[in-house]
Amino acid sequence: MTESREEGVVTESRERGTAMGAKVKLKIWRGDAGQGELVDYEVEANEGEVVLDILHRLQATQAGDLAVRWNCKAGKCGSCSMEINGMPRLACMTRMSLFEPDETITVTPMRTFPVIRDLVTDVSFNFSKAQQIPSFAPDPSVGLGEFRMQQEDVQRSQEFRKCIECFLCQNVCHVIRDHEENMPAYAGPRFLMRITELEMHPADTADRREIAQDDFGLGMCNITKCCTEVCPENIHITDNALIPLKERVVSRKYDPLVWLGSKIGRRSHHDTPKVPGQQS
Amino acid sequence: MTDITRLPYDVVVIGAGGSGLRAAIEARQAGKRTAVISKSLFGKAHTVMAEGGCAAAMGNVNPNDNWMVHFRDTMRGGKFLNNWRMAELHAKEAPDRVWELEAWGALFDRTKDGKISQRNFGGHEYPRLAHVGDRTGLEMIRTLQQRVVALQQEDAREHGDPEAMIKVFAETTITRLLKDTSEGPGGSSPQDGTARIAGAFGYIRETGQFVVFEAPAIVLATGGIGKTFKVTSNSWEYTGDGHALALLAGAKLLNMEFVQFHPTHMVWPLSVRGLLVTESVRGDGGVLRNSEGKRFMFGYVPDVFRAQYAETEEEADRWYTDPEHNRRPPELLPRDEVARSINSEVKAGRGSPHGGVFLDIASRLPAEEILRKLPSMYHQFKELADVDITKEPMEVGPAQHYVMGGVEVDPDTGESSVPGLFAAGEVSGGMHGSNRLGGNSLSDLLVFGRRSGMGAAQYLDALGDKRPVPGDGEIAAAQAEAMAPLERTVGENPYTVHSEVQDTMSSLVGIIRKEAEIKAALAELEKLRERAALVRAEGGPAYNPGWHLALDLRNIMLIAECVAEAALQRQESRGGHTRDDFPGMSPEWRKVNLVCSLGENGRVVLEKKPMPPMREDLLALFDPAELKKYLTEEELPQEPAQPPAQDTASDGEEKS
Repeated sequence: MTESREEGVVTESRERGTAMGAKVKLKIWRGDAGQGELVDYEVEANEGEVVLDILHRLQATQAGDLAVRWNCKAGKCGSCSMEINGMPRLACMTRMSLFEPDETITVTPMRTFPVIRDLVTDVSFNFSKAQQIPSFAPDPSVGLGEFRMQQEDVQRSQEFRKCIECFLCQNVCHVIRDHEENMPAYAGPRFLMRITELEMHPADTADRREIAQDDFGLGMCNITKCCTEVCPENIHITDNALIPLKERVVSRKYDPLVWLGSKIGRRSHHDTPKVPGQQS
Repeated sequence: MTDITRLPYDVVVIGAGGSGLRAAIEARQAGKRTAVISKSLFGKAHTVMAEGGCAAAMGNVNPNDNWMVHFRDTMRGGKFLNNWRMAELHAKEAPDRVWELEAWGALFDRTKDGKISQRNFGGHEYPRLAHVGDRTGLEMIRTLQQRVVALQQEDAREHGDPEAMIKVFAETTITRLLKDTSEGPGGSSPQDGTARIAGAFGYIRETGQFVVFEAPAIVLATGGIGKTFKVTSNSWEYTGDGHALALLAGAKLLNMEFVQFHPTHMVWPLSVRGLLVTESVRGDGGVLRNSEGKRFMFGYVPDVFRAQYAETEEEADRWYTDPEHNRRPPELLPRDEVARSINSEVKAGRGSPHGGVFLDIASRLPAEEILRKLPSMYHQFKELADVDITKEPMEVGPAQHYVMGGVEVDPDTGESSVPGLFAAGEVSGGMHGSNRLGGNSLSDLLVFGRRSGMGAAQYLDALGDKRPVPGDGEIAAAQAEAMAPLERTVGENPYTVHSEVQDTMSSLVGIIRKEAEIKAALAELEKLRERAALVRAEGGPAYNPGWHLALDLRNIMLIAECVAEAALQRQESRGGHTRDDFPGMSPEWRKVNLVCSLGENGRVVLEKKPMPPMREDLLALFDPAELKKYLTEEELPQEPAQPPAQDTASDGEEKS
């Protein structure tokens, strides 16, 4: 079994040209907020490597100051998001064997966020959106260790909590990609999903459906599923988070009990308000 | 350089992983203005890499579990070198800390009756690890991150500014701690261990701008030292920053020779060598086999553990369903034992094709169960190695994973010997003795993160108006030190020097050590130290990784020296320190802590300090026959003492 796998690897590297020490051609965006350009490099690549390995070798041998944001190199922290041949990806999970041997690999920073330097972008937009979503609100009378929840009930939100906050979904979402003007009114798939996660949390008591629509721009999402396609954690963002949230918002708007309650003053019409965050 | 921004805070927490965030939350909840310094973005800290779970004797799966059993397991895992008071506090308080996370929104996997589920892990007698599949660390960091946000939302309502009371400085690195110059004639020198902490000096990655945090209390929560070694599961941030900052500020490091080589990491492809394969694979039924298909761990059960581990495959396999009447599989021995055994098998020529051994879950569990319990592992092997772990075995081998050694602290408050300097989590020492049990790290972060945050808050309360003042001279020196690699017109590439340090440490002070090799490493480090001091970083100060590495090198070098010096001194094998030339465990050495500090000339000085004797009621938790394997004759209890009363509640405020 193992031998056959090894053979497979050898074949792959022969076909793909990533045998030990082969050179690969790269075009890497270098520059800062002011200006920049694609710069050509040739870097050694070895069998089994990922794009981040190549960028590290480039730093160690040719471009010590090349700015790359990364941390775990294991697809778990979501730091090394960039665009590789135009596709939003994690550099640590993009294997070199994906490319043809003589293919030039173009690496650019995420387009939706302002560039800081080289491949590093300013993603503070995301942290300020996170600050505005009303937090988890459990029933305060439940004591430590007294929560009782069933696995099937926690599972739905658990899927969304797999999110590693790489912000690739935010980067690819056409509502804000090339449409900076929409950013103040739109939280993006990551944070709409965060709202769904809280709404589906079995122990949460707040209601965020109205602000999802009014303050976080749920209505601007027209479910093209680009976010789902780029998610490195394979979270079904559109089908499991965004569409169900839209359905919940609609059901609340047209729920006759909510309507009646608001008329006779027995139930508040408004849900938890958005928290004012600082704009960075 | 022009003016340096000065930012006044009550508490500055250096590090934004589990312990740092937990400390910051506690300090803020105590009403202190708190800054959190994060070397990377908020929420990316190395804690996300923790997979298996968080050990806490909640007794949800096996009601026989309680803090005393957890305490015993922890002491055994650490081969009785643990600071027993820390192990006691940890075992008692871990359940409350886990439940607290739940109250902040964490969603752990559940038992059938709706409680937090717990899984088996190496060295833990009962299923004890609260977990979320194999991404528990991510759940923890996200929950703490979201708790910080929740506090900021309270502050936005109360003060009109979400960052009025707690602010995260993302992508910011501290290079020096600053000492008080307000007292005494002529101020103090940075290494004067008696002078109080007054702040910290660092730079903001994005711009390269320098910044001074003025704060009477600092909590170090910087994690470990992995980047001292070549094959490590640690991220780039793990350059021993907190360990080195503490030394440079006059504090002491404890037992730096104890480095954990976690037994199972990917060994192929080369580019992912060192990527962690969670111990949960074994906790959930996975077994280790050599090239002959043999479950070799049965041949490596050491005497001290023989009574608790199965002798046959049949018994071991029955244990998963009937733990009451069978003993544990030897694959679940503490990590140091398993790592050494794998090492021996590979050396004996019975390894896998890429120099590891086989970890087999495919033949042990149905595919759907593997996918449910170990989704990240499935993903990781599929995407990076083309291996389907539901169909074939994984190839795994040991890599540097954790350091047990760290800043010597007061167990109850986390305060170091330097007034105002606290430490928690991996950067602190003592808790795990010579070897940490899996799952005890996440709980350590929570228990001692909270305690150090409380400790810092209490220190401030006692301080009153006598706030320390950092000296201009120290700030200028810190700035000159930080600028030096950028200003040099000639000098070596920092990446080259770093790589050579890693080679030296991995090959000469690695998993198996001997005197001649450690001496060779020290000689090598001596030369590297001179080279490291003269590296040159090309480019400017804005987001320049070459410059950052040049600055981290000082820390890496200092820590490498501590590890090597301590490894040379300790003439025995125990936990994460194995001496080929002293293979046995010595009760005499068990009584000794090796303590590193910095001498006048800036060189590492080592001293032996006696281990404080364990409190009698804790000693009484062990069978005297077991104690005999670890303690000297004089240390053994003369008459059986009374074990502590059954007590599962936290004694958070208790002091002893």
